[in-house]
Amino acid sequence: MASETVVPITTDTDVVVARQKGRELAAELGFVSTDSTLLATAISELARNIVRYAKHGEIVIAPIQSGDRVGITVVARDKGPGIASILLAMQDGYSTSGGLGLGLPGVKRLMDEFHLASDANVGTTVTIKKWKR
Amino acid sequence: MEVPILKQGLYLIASIQAALSDVDLLHLRDALAEKVGKYRARGVIVDVTVLDVMDSFASRTLRDLAHMTRLRGAETVIVGIQPEVAFAMVQLGLTLEGVDTALDLEEGLAFLDKKTKRRTSRG
Amino acid sequence: MGEQKMKKNENRGSGVSPAREMPPPDDESTVSLLRELVNHLRKNRTQLREEWARRITAAKLLGAMTSEEMFAEATSVYDNYVEVLETGAVEALQAYARDLSERIIPRGVETDEVVGIVLLLRDVLARSLFAKYQTDFQLLNRILDAYEPAANRIANTVAVGFVQERERIIRQQQEAIRELSTPVLQVRERLLILPIIGVIDSQRARQLTEQLLRGIRTNRAKVVVIDITGVAAMDATVANHLVQTVEASRLLGATVIVTGLSPEIAQTLVTIGVDLGKMNTVGDLQGGIEEAERLLGYKVAPLIEGTQQPI
Repeated sequence: MASETVVPITTDTDVVVARQKGRELAAELGFVSTDSTLLATAISELARNIVRYAKHGEIVIAPIQSGDRVGITVVARDKGPGIASILLAMQDGYSTSGGLGLGLPGVKRLMDEFHLASDANVGTTVTIKKWKR
Repeated sequence: MEVPILKQGLYLIASIQAALSDVDLLHLRDALAEKVGKYRARGVIVDVTVLDVMDSFASRTLRDLAHMTRLRGAETVIVGIQPEVAFAMVQLGLTLEGVDTALDLEEGLAFLDKKTKRRTSRG
Repeated sequence: MGEQKMKKNENRGSGVSPAREMPPPDDESTVSLLRELVNHLRKNRTQLREEWARRITAAKLLGAMTSEEMFAEATSVYDNYVEVLETGAVEALQAYARDLSERIIPRGVETDEVVGIVLLLRDVLARSLFAKYQTDFQLLNRILDAYEPAANRIANTVAVGFVQERERIIRQQQEAIRELSTPVLQVRERLLILPIIGVIDSQRARQLTEQLLRGIRTNRAKVVVIDITGVAAMDATVANHLVQTVEASRLLGATVIVTGLSPEIAQTLVTIGVDLGKMNTVGDLQGGIEEAERLLGYKVAPLIEGTQQPI
């Protein structure tokens, strides 16, 4: 039975590890490969945000169940500067460090469920879920 | 891990073999830019068939690659983006705008032939 | 079919939560009582099973099955029932319930029938216990104390398992229907047509995109004509999907021509910020195909009306 994986995120190599773990779990649970790619891509973006803005954090990947539905939840956690304004962050294109921004609206589109909590004093936690079709 | 770059006539072909780290991708970008100058290449093909995830970093780096090679006189075309990867990319809003794309190596070569011929006939 | 089976097995392996274990027999006497009643149920298997089958027929349940089929299923349900009474292994029962459901749902068995037959079995076995222990009221009570919670838990598990399996099958069927109703047609070499008819919701739009992208790769298409003449209306979400489809197709090296754009849908696209000038649109499907052929390099010479002569 699949279990939870915790991937510490500090460098870009960790980004690759995190998304590969996501893919592995998706494959184990029998996700179709399209959804597996969506999940891996979302994980990649979340991990990148941690590396870029918080310097250090972690990604936790775990299987979840609701009734007979099976899914995966990913929690991206860091103790970084927080997102100054969550509303601003969720608008496409906003970014403090240039480039393509946080990509959070995109991540939300890729996933079935998306939750964001951020506080300048505490850090940021993004929780996403993808259900198996 | 270095990506092999082959020279085929006036074109350079880079086939990505496995999952690339950020650093490897940046190296590839710089290596291609350098080699375009060195060999006076007219076209560059980057084959990403093997990549199973293309995130914002990869997307941005490929765009940079295309710009850099164009500045040195070569057209770049990205080939082999997988259907699911393309799907994930557009959801994230990564459209590789301004970068030419083709289905595979064969199409990429045909595309470059057409494009570089046009330039020759104009010049 | 094979694919369905594979998915199911994976589901089984990963999804079962151990939270609902049957409470293990907590004392020696309960354990020995359960053992005693299980032995009784096993010894009298043949006549109890027949009694049960008789009751099922009398209650007009499982009408969709032949009597041979019904008897075969009844035998395996009976044996599993008794087994779970003995071992308390709910996981095994859940797996069995899903297996059973997968077999009988295609035969048209309904939820009330499944619940009905399990309850009838519970009754038949209970009556048998009454008959055996009628002379010792205290012992009968203790036996029933051991039997009832176990039997009720079994009925519950089987019913819930059946309903969940039904829901899963319905979802799969809906997915299959959606896929069938969005055919990607190869009309010429390197040219695909995707006619969309009817109502599109977000899920169908996604499926459409995935199918198209796979089709572009398989058919090595260079041009795709998406015809939305048959689509009455589109909300912003679906319109976004259309735009994404165009963008994703381009990443695969294919040009998309959208035909049959109604004024309403054009308005929706503009509202969500699409630059229609950048989107390749043609009035109708025929025009779209001609444009596609032109892009592919086929010479399409228009004829002077009324003659066979090219202009």
